[in-house]
Amino acid sequence: MALFEASHLHKRFADQVVLEDITLSFEENQISGIMGPNGAGKTTCFNVLTGRFKPDRGRVHFDGRDITGLPPRKIARRGIARSFQMMNLFDEYTALENIVLALPEVRDKGFRVLHDLSNDSGAQDRGAQVLARMGLGGREGALASDLPYGQRRALEIGIALAAEPRMLFLDEPTSGLGTDATAILAELIGEIRKSVSIVIIEHDMRFLFDLADHISVIHWGQVIAQGAPDQLRENEWVRASNLGALA
Amino acid sequence: MNQNSYLSSFRAWFTAPMLLSFLVFGTMPLWIDAVGLYQYLGLEVMIWVIFALAVNLLLGYTGLPSFGHGAFLGIGAYAFGLTQFNVAANLWLSLFGAVAVTAILGGLVALLISHRRGIYFALMTIACAQIFYFIASKWTDVTGGEDGLLNIARLPVDLGLTEISIRSNFSLYYLCFAAYVIIVVGLWRLVHSPFGKVISAIKQNDSRVAFLGYNVWLYKWLIFTLSCAITGLAGALFAMAQEGAYINIMSLQWSGIAILIVLIGGGFISFWGPVLGVIFYFLARDILGAYTETWLLWFGLIFVGMVMFKPEGLAGMWRDGRTLLGRKPAPQPEPSVTEPSAAGGD
Repeated sequence: MALFEASHLHKRFADQVVLEDITLSFEENQISGIMGPNGAGKTTCFNVLTGRFKPDRGRVHFDGRDITGLPPRKIARRGIARSFQMMNLFDEYTALENIVLALPEVRDKGFRVLHDLSNDSGAQDRGAQVLARMGLGGREGALASDLPYGQRRALEIGIALAAEPRMLFLDEPTSGLGTDATAILAELIGEIRKSVSIVIIEHDMRFLFDLADHISVIHWGQVIAQGAPDQLRENEWVRASNLGALA
Repeated sequence: MNQNSYLSSFRAWFTAPMLLSFLVFGTMPLWIDAVGLYQYLGLEVMIWVIFALAVNLLLGYTGLPSFGHGAFLGIGAYAFGLTQFNVAANLWLSLFGAVAVTAILGGLVALLISHRRGIYFALMTIACAQIFYFIASKWTDVTGGEDGLLNIARLPVDLGLTEISIRSNFSLYYLCFAAYVIIVVGLWRLVHSPFGKVISAIKQNDSRVAFLGYNVWLYKWLIFTLSCAITGLAGALFAMAQEGAYINIMSLQWSGIAILIVLIGGGFISFWGPVLGVIFYFLARDILGAYTETWLLWFGLIFVGMVMFKPEGLAGMWRDGRTLLGRKPAPQPEPSVTEPSAAGGD
């Protein structure tokens, strides 16, 4: 049984059907990719899988438990974290504060009003470790808003990673990055895959085909193809589409 | 625990600006007459500072604009008087009654509005405040209607072995000052705790906070209820200061003045913004008011100018002044002027 399974998801907004019938599964310790043309419903699919939207039909299971329709906070507490296509940082906080807030141990202390977080060396050290892992060592005290774009993107992923998830959803992580920064990010994802299962939506097909173990192609709100990257390269629809050329 | 640990622990609870404020406010009754002002002004300042700190907890720290908080000031005042008249003429019990009733009603309002944010949150607070206002104005058997609740006593401070009279403005001031010290120390700890970090994060990006596993609704509910409870305490002290509870303080105008004070003071960037704002407001009222009846017009113009040219308020000016003088601003986890943003990559 896969770590994460979604079956027959259907989602519509008013009279527009965005997800027709989506069935996906993501294995543990793998990088799974979701690709498709603009407007295919990839981000909506992500939002349904991570609790932002409730599906109108269909079920979502994580680690054998039904998480369909649970709010994001409950899904997060079950071990699923996500990053966002548009940067969602706490801009008034330093890079370290962004990470520390995401640590499960800090979340569990959320109602301790007498706890002094700035003197919590355990949380501060663990936060610094995450930053170092993301290549942001030495930037602890920098305001998130002052970081350059590539570092903000790394911090965005670091926040999700700091939550110590079992499954990490990355929504277009290379969005806005140049070639060098994309290469660094690919290296980073290659490193963090050792400890967490990853699902990536991505426009950069080369990036996705190089990293992913398994890819699902979404179009018209349905999964039209899926398999290993090499299999997909041979897929008739992928070859016929622009996606195949890019990959 | 070694000396450094004691020092670190002390600094977590008390800071130089805090001790300075204790020194200034703690001695204010001793010099306020000498500078041409009067004792009752000190009382008003102290009570409004507590009120403004409560408003800033919502607006400055959590990004929740409550434009109807004056209603809770009034509820605290009425609850103090009603407890005194109908339960027992005991200061502690009456203060508890004021805080408890305001917290309960605030908690009920928060149940209705904690899932909202931005303009919808603000409109809901206005609507709820209007409901309380009209209940207070029409329920004359309980509240005295337009006449208010008269003859609320300044009950003595019962310390068990002895009682201290607070019938004079001077002695009542020190009860308010004691409340101020407790509130300031408590709020300072609160905003520096994980709880404080979360509420400030909610202001910056509430969706992201939810995706980190925090119960955003519960945090908003708690902070609104706490803010109302503190406002209720301010209302009780105000009822004693005025020796009555009157409906005018429940009006939207008073709520608006509280917001204005917080913004002028710089509550968005500093814990001390509301304190500066209150001092500025009351000095403007008394000094400008000595020259013109239209002082509020000039105060309004100052507010407009502040928003246009220095939206960080007086605290922002203070910060800039320190920077110009080459001193690093004191590191504080203060909130800033950013609007709450929605998460999403859609």
